Amino acid sequence: MTYSTTTSANSRPVARLEAHRIVLIAIGIALAATAAALMRWDWLPNYYALAIEGLWRTVLILIVTCAIGFALAVPLGMAQVTGPIWLSLPAKAFCTVIRGTPLLLQLWLLYYGLGALFPHYPWIRESNLWPLFRQAWPYAILALSLSCAGYEGEVMRGAFAGVPLGQLEAARAFGMSRWKVFRRVWLPQAIHKALPTLAGETVLQLKSMPLVATITVVDLYAVALRVRQDTYVIYEPLLLLAVAYMTLTGVLVWIFNHLEARIPVRVG
Amino acid sequence: MTATIRAIPRNTVSDAAAEAIHIEDLHKTFGTLHVLKGVSLSARDGDVVAVIGSSGSGKSTLLRCINCLESPTSGVIRVNGEEIRLKPDGNGSTVPADRKQIERIRSRLGMVFQSFNLWNHLTLIENVIEVPVSVLGVKRERATAEAEKLLARVGLLEKRDIYPAFLSGGQQQRGAIARALAVQPRVMLFDEPTSALDPELVGEVLAVIAGLAREGRTMILVTHEMKFAREVATHVVFLHEGRLEEEGSPDALFSSPKSERLQQFIRRVG
Repeated sequence: MTYSTTTSANSRPVARLEAHRIVLIAIGIALAATAAALMRWDWLPNYYALAIEGLWRTVLILIVTCAIGFALAVPLGMAQVTGPIWLSLPAKAFCTVIRGTPLLLQLWLLYYGLGALFPHYPWIRESNLWPLFRQAWPYAILALSLSCAGYEGEVMRGAFAGVPLGQLEAARAFGMSRWKVFRRVWLPQAIHKALPTLAGETVLQLKSMPLVATITVVDLYAVALRVRQDTYVIYEPLLLLAVAYMTLTGVLVWIFNHLEARIPVRVG
Repeated sequence: MTATIRAIPRNTVSDAAAEAIHIEDLHKTFGTLHVLKGVSLSARDGDVVAVIGSSGSGKSTLLRCINCLESPTSGVIRVNGEEIRLKPDGNGSTVPADRKQIERIRSRLGMVFQSFNLWNHLTLIENVIEVPVSVLGVKRERATAEAEKLLARVGLLEKRDIYPAFLSGGQQQRGAIARALAVQPRVMLFDEPTSALDPELVGEVLAVIAGLAREGRTMILVTHEMKFAREVATHVVFLHEGRLEEEGSPDALFSSPKSERLQQFIRRVG
């Protein structure tokens, strides 16, 4: 048996310039050069500001909805693992419904359904929140947050259930209150267990983002649509969009990898 | 040090001041399974009580009742003279009546588990300071200084920043003993501390426990290591099918066991 002495948390191999990487980089540069030379990019300066705004909005919606979604996912997962039946059943039902229906449908039901229902109630129309309810983005945030909560609630259920009982028992045996057991042992261990799956969910969430364009929220994808409508240039904005999403995904994966590496895991 | 443990006759008021652990007529059932059938037992400060018996005799359950990891079905438990308040749970058993009380009592009972149960999201030193800092309210710097002494004592100081998954079983258990010592326990509870270890790792853990026994720490030790029990215990208790079958000094118990069951048991485990 060998014991690795990982004193530093970052004992991951550093990316080096190996032969296959150099070839890949060369191919990438060649593709980019070909695209730059043969395709139409004259529209780009006109949409620069709008694209940045769309990118920013996509990132902002992603962060906000993932934060709200995860904050909801923790109690959703917990309720299913230890909650009484009147808590665990609704939590289970919520996760099942969210996971069982298309996000596009949820988004439209909220936007066209709730959005159409609200004006019928004078007390809503007269409330201070009415200007908010008349815009599209609150519905986008709501739908994406609930979707995230549904998927991650299921992930957290498994993660909470997967923390060995002995870990919690040790915490109880040393006099931790229920809340402290949860905060100091159960939650951190569950999150660490769930991180690889949560990373995947977050990447999927990023790529669900174009759906908000269907309810008039101008995200990155909506900008590409606008370019097409204005200039009849189709492929170039879509290519650029693909590159933007890949970059964002890369950043997300990088962040999650770092979070995971904070606690080394013994392999084998 | 004399063996000051004895079975407490019911309705006898004992000297609670020097008593670290006092258990009276403890019953525990799991469903229809009657695991403990009226066990009484007491340990004074400085006692090392070894609890022996074949598997299923209720040894671990007895130990786990002391800090209410299992709530007794009925009976009285006093820790340092303070009786754990229990209330009926509605299913014929009990639950701790006062969470704050049970949490306070637990925080001064250092428990060591069969399967170590070091928190695997924390480094060794973080494991040792966790309870002092988050439960007992000790300042982090002070707890860390204290923890380093304890880790040095169990021979693990150079492993302070290692996560439990990267330690051997023996190292994990020694770390778990350091974690238990960090709460300055009035009584230490050992639940078969070497049963999950490879044979060649048992020695290093027993050496640490023997050292603690020598310095007069009060401890209740559930164990299968008969030779060790005989060496370090001041008092030995033999459980059989949920009853306290025989108890006494190690020499008396192992050299001239009275009950036939204990004779059989000793013959069997050697």
